[in-house]
Amino acid sequence: MDFMQILAIVIPSAILTATPLIFTALGGVLCERSGVVNIGLEGLMVVGAFSAAIFTYFFEQHGLGAASPWLALLIAGLLGGVFSIIHAIASISFRAEQVVSGVAINFLAQGLCLFMVKLLFDGKGQTPYIAHRIDKIDIPLLHDIPIIGPLLFSNVTYISYIAVIISFFVWYVIYKTPFGLRLRSVGEHPQAADTLGINVTKTRYIAVILSGVFGGLGGGVYLVTIASNYSVSTIAGQGFLAIAAMIFGKWHPVGAMGAALFFGLAQSLSITGQQVPVLNHLPDVFLLIAPYVITILALAGFVGRADAPKASGIPYIKGKR
Amino acid sequence: MLKKKMMALATVVTLAGTILSACGGASTSDNSSKKEEKVKIGMVTDLGGVNDKSFNQSAWEGLQSFSKKNDLKAGTKSDDDVRYLQSTQATDYTPNLNQLIHQNFNLVFGVGYLMASDVTKVAQQNPKANLAIIDSVIVDKSNKPLKNVASITFKEEQGSFLVGVVAGLTTKTNKIGFVGGINSELIKKFENGFKAGVKSVNPKAEIYSQYAGAFDAPDKGQAIAATMYGKGADIIYQAAGATGNGVFTEAKSEKKHGKKVWVIGVDRDQYEEGLPENVTLTSMVKRVDKAVNDVSQQTKDGHFPGGQILSFGLKEDGVGIAPSKQNVSKDIINQVNDYKKKIINGSIKVPTTDKEFKAFKS
Repeated sequence: MDFMQILAIVIPSAILTATPLIFTALGGVLCERSGVVNIGLEGLMVVGAFSAAIFTYFFEQHGLGAASPWLALLIAGLLGGVFSIIHAIASISFRAEQVVSGVAINFLAQGLCLFMVKLLFDGKGQTPYIAHRIDKIDIPLLHDIPIIGPLLFSNVTYISYIAVIISFFVWYVIYKTPFGLRLRSVGEHPQAADTLGINVTKTRYIAVILSGVFGGLGGGVYLVTIASNYSVSTIAGQGFLAIAAMIFGKWHPVGAMGAALFFGLAQSLSITGQQVPVLNHLPDVFLLIAPYVITILALAGFVGRADAPKASGIPYIKGKR
Repeated sequence: MLKKKMMALATVVTLAGTILSACGGASTSDNSSKKEEKVKIGMVTDLGGVNDKSFNQSAWEGLQSFSKKNDLKAGTKSDDDVRYLQSTQATDYTPNLNQLIHQNFNLVFGVGYLMASDVTKVAQQNPKANLAIIDSVIVDKSNKPLKNVASITFKEEQGSFLVGVVAGLTTKTNKIGFVGGINSELIKKFENGFKAGVKSVNPKAEIYSQYAGAFDAPDKGQAIAATMYGKGADIIYQAAGATGNGVFTEAKSEKKHGKKVWVIGVDRDQYEEGLPENVTLTSMVKRVDKAVNDVSQQTKDGHFPGGQILSFGLKEDGVGIAPSKQNVSKDIINQVNDYKKKIINGSIKVPTTDKEFKAFKS
């Protein structure tokens, strides 16, 4: 295997692994930028994965064929948004400790979805396999370009490009639109924002619900591209990886995307490494733990100071100094 | 009043009928009292769950057919005679086993070797309970089998050898992959049996083997399969539980790209898993259902094989090649049958460990 061949395997598989993380990390960015910490991303991914499994299956039964996973993704986002309202009410209206509320979301999602699966499928612990996934394809024309064609445009899913485009879109919204300015000001100094006539509660609600939509999409994408059925172990830690990607990317949408891609690359290297000459003489434990070691090193060594939005995690109480 | 009398009469008739029929059926009066109380049999799944298209599902199918044969009710409700409890994390094993034992189940199966230490602990704490474990051998501190546990094992290497023969004869690129779940003594049996099968019919074939480090990580399975197919392998044998789903996903998408690739399934006939793209070449079938059914029946008849190590191989029809043979040529099937005979009569001894495989090759 020459170097190009290795890259042509490693990079597309890194992109595939990273895609769900990109969506979820974007949700985290939106939420924390408005001043609400969202540890519940894992739970929101669970809800997304669960709904994507159920609805893809449901749409397939009703003869929608290849469109089923795409429609199911929309519903996954929608239900993720609905589920995150719980977090919004608890942490914004009732000023609960946001980390605790987020942890509660994680437990609730895991338990509720398993319960629903048991209810819907005769007491079984997991859903049937979906027949239509969002498959890896070669992008027409573009994959013939020498060098970058096989690396970036072969063996990829359309949803991966959508993820990249959306992260630039989110960057535009946060940094270039009036809504983004309000969102950031609410997250940095809600008192000042309130004085200037910005509705802090409403802005934060919108942000939390958007993070639910993205978290749900992330979980849904994981299901329709990789897992293809939902069980209790489908989403195991990806939400927390997305939070790490958000911090690694310094609460910046494009940065978070880059960090997610980096995590994907680390994982795909650790798997492909065992098939690559030289590296395959290492004991496989080293390669299996490599992504985590690389992540710790990157977070500790190269990122430098990570500045969270100033009001992140602090409930806003009107008139309080 | 009349209604009451009718009821009483009906009861008497039914009772008399039951007693009479019991007398007719049983040879000794001892047995008749036993027959009255129903046998209760339970199982605890490992993390894969009862729908894993693998050995948990197979075990449950075995119990379902047992309950059908004996007219018992199978399900998940607390009053069912035959039921299973699903484990969602490793810490569920012990409480799940205990729950069934405390509800006076006559026999409780722990499905999967991951549960071995839990079954050992629970069996020692409840010496009167009958337990059975799949894919492991339960021993006490002095290495003697526990008296109240039946250990059910399979000669996976023999079945794997046969699918290895199929792979070695089918491959066009002379490159074949093996994806394992967790690197362990058990999965090594699959790997070495498979490699021996391939090498016996196709000594030139190159075999890549890799372990994902998990039985529940389809993303890793997919990435490994992508690497192997990328290196030119055209057949992958997966012994990786739910991680193997990723191998199927990858094979299907490769096939959509027009590449001719195959997956060899494991534990059950996974032909349907490969549809609609039809990527399942064949499967190594492990008849967990048969073993579970046999042991349940023995327990019901009062011959619980406690303390025994039961080993199901080709001879006992406990392992073998899947009934779906659409994708395998007749000629290859004939050769497989020849090898099967040789293994059963002992002229081929299939290796189980890396060391034995090295000796086998030379």
